Amino acid sequence: MILVELRKMFRRPRTWATIAVLNALPILVAVLLVLTDLAPRPGEGPPFLSAVLSNGTLYPLAALAIVLPLFLPIAVAVIAGDSIAGEAQAGTLRYLLTRPAGRTRLLVAKLVAVMLFVVVAVLVVAVVGYVVGTTMFHAQPIGGTVIGGTGGTSFSGTSLTPQDITNRTLMGIGYVAVSMLGVAAFGLFFSTLTESPLGATMGVLAVLVSSSLLFTLDAASPIAPYLPTRYWLSFVDFFRDPIQWRDITRGLSLQAVYVGVLLTAAWANFTTKDVTS
Amino acid sequence: MSGVIVTRGLVKRFGRLRAVDGIDLDVRAGDIYGFLGANGSGKTTTVRMLLGLVLPTSGEIELLGGRMPRAGRRVLPRVGSLIEGPAAYGHLSGRENLALLDASGPGGSWRTRRQRIAEVLDQVGLAGVGRRPVKAYSLGMRQRLGLAAALLRRPELLVLDEPTNGLDPQGIAEVRELLLDLHRGGTTVFLSSHLLAEVEQLCSRVGVLDRGRLVLQDQMATLTAPTGATVVHTPTPDRVRATLDGRVTAIDGERVIVRGDDPAEVNALLVGAGVPVTGLALQRPTLEQVVLTATGASSDRVEADR
Repeated sequence: MILVELRKMFRRPRTWATIAVLNALPILVAVLLVLTDLAPRPGEGPPFLSAVLSNGTLYPLAALAIVLPLFLPIAVAVIAGDSIAGEAQAGTLRYLLTRPAGRTRLLVAKLVAVMLFVVVAVLVVAVVGYVVGTTMFHAQPIGGTVIGGTGGTSFSGTSLTPQDITNRTLMGIGYVAVSMLGVAAFGLFFSTLTESPLGATMGVLAVLVSSSLLFTLDAASPIAPYLPTRYWLSFVDFFRDPIQWRDITRGLSLQAVYVGVLLTAAWANFTTKDVTS
Repeated sequence: MSGVIVTRGLVKRFGRLRAVDGIDLDVRAGDIYGFLGANGSGKTTTVRMLLGLVLPTSGEIELLGGRMPRAGRRVLPRVGSLIEGPAAYGHLSGRENLALLDASGPGGSWRTRRQRIAEVLDQVGLAGVGRRPVKAYSLGMRQRLGLAAALLRRPELLVLDEPTNGLDPQGIAEVRELLLDLHRGGTTVFLSSHLLAEVEQLCSRVGVLDRGRLVLQDQMATLTAPTGATVVHTPTPDRVRATLDGRVTAIDGERVIVRGDDPAEVNALLVGAGVPVTGLALQRPTLEQVVLTATGASSDRVEADR
């Protein structure tokens, strides 16, 4: 069943188009940076961007930081919102369920497929970012036979070995993937509520926009720690020396709670629902 | 084995509307069961409940001996269905659609999958369709693909909702032949339709749904049994009345209804009296008349799509 869902998703032109669009912005930013040589000063603009001119191997992280606030969540919301609602709209849901695919099994398969999309999307952005970063900027190769070991500099000013950068980059990528899982859980839940994939996607975006907006509002500070987008950018903390785990662990546990609650709700709703599409 | 589909007091309420209001279906092995009803009479809701898509408010459903929806995983692989028109993934070919659907549930071995797909595509007349994506299919081709999906696992029971929708007259005749052929092979067919003619030609047993209630359920042969009168066609109806005085119950143009269930006897009397007779038959009610009588007020809606 999971394999069936993966085949469906990755054989779909739209899946790849979404991933391609996702990579367009970081590439554009890289081209502009190279042409103008005008990097934002440290502390301004998307994280890591100021550093990439001196070390292109940081560009995967800069690329993730560029797509994280908007494009990556939209992409995940589109795919996750489509998961059940898309089948309902196409009418294929009734044939899957009378096959019978089993409602819980179908939901799990959809969840795994969406999760894999998140991982693939994040990895593709990171890999494309790495290729772009190392070809267009001054690169200090990571890993392998590096002499000297002055890979890069952390935000705290100390230097990191290339090995360290690789590890921290991988952890950062993992963290972003977990944050996107929260988005996927919202998408899957909304997708069981409606027969319109667009409606489900818009629902997710409404939640994320509200969350980002409330985050900037002082009056909302009591609920700020519970906003789904609160700790998204905490992956930056992997590049402090030593790593600041506080926000990272909070972000991970917050996403875990959201994912748990939303998936339970999605399951409860989907397994007791009248399928009339 | 009998009792392929049995429901007892099946009710589905949507808010305050009782879409299905206590129906007791009884479909037996070997039937071609015609499930008739106007649009909005609750046919589709009933079909969806039988297949576990819609959960009943109250009542019981037994499908191939298993209680639905709980037994779905066990009995549904033995059921083929076409519900409210076909559906498929437009960017994939028909063959791939069938393969994906077959892989999505139990009871369809991948070893035999290619073989089975080739066979059903041939059965529904899509053998030469190749790798074309479904979005390039015509309505009739999609309908055929939907039928192919229903037949993929050689089901014991076919539940078909409007299977000839979108087909041209040749296509309709082909599907009818296919269904009769499957039926001869032992498949029970549950055919939900509002097309009286289709049901009259195919079905051995009929259930009529009217505003959520099953108002009629019987063998086709019983419903359309002779009424005990003979229909005489003649250019001179007045002379028939004169000859068979007292036995003529109605005259409608050149059609004369005569009491008596032996056309040969009526014919002998008329010919003996020199009355020209152009046609002679036992009077049988048409399915349409039966349904109209049973459904009453909303009956015009039954006929609307004829």
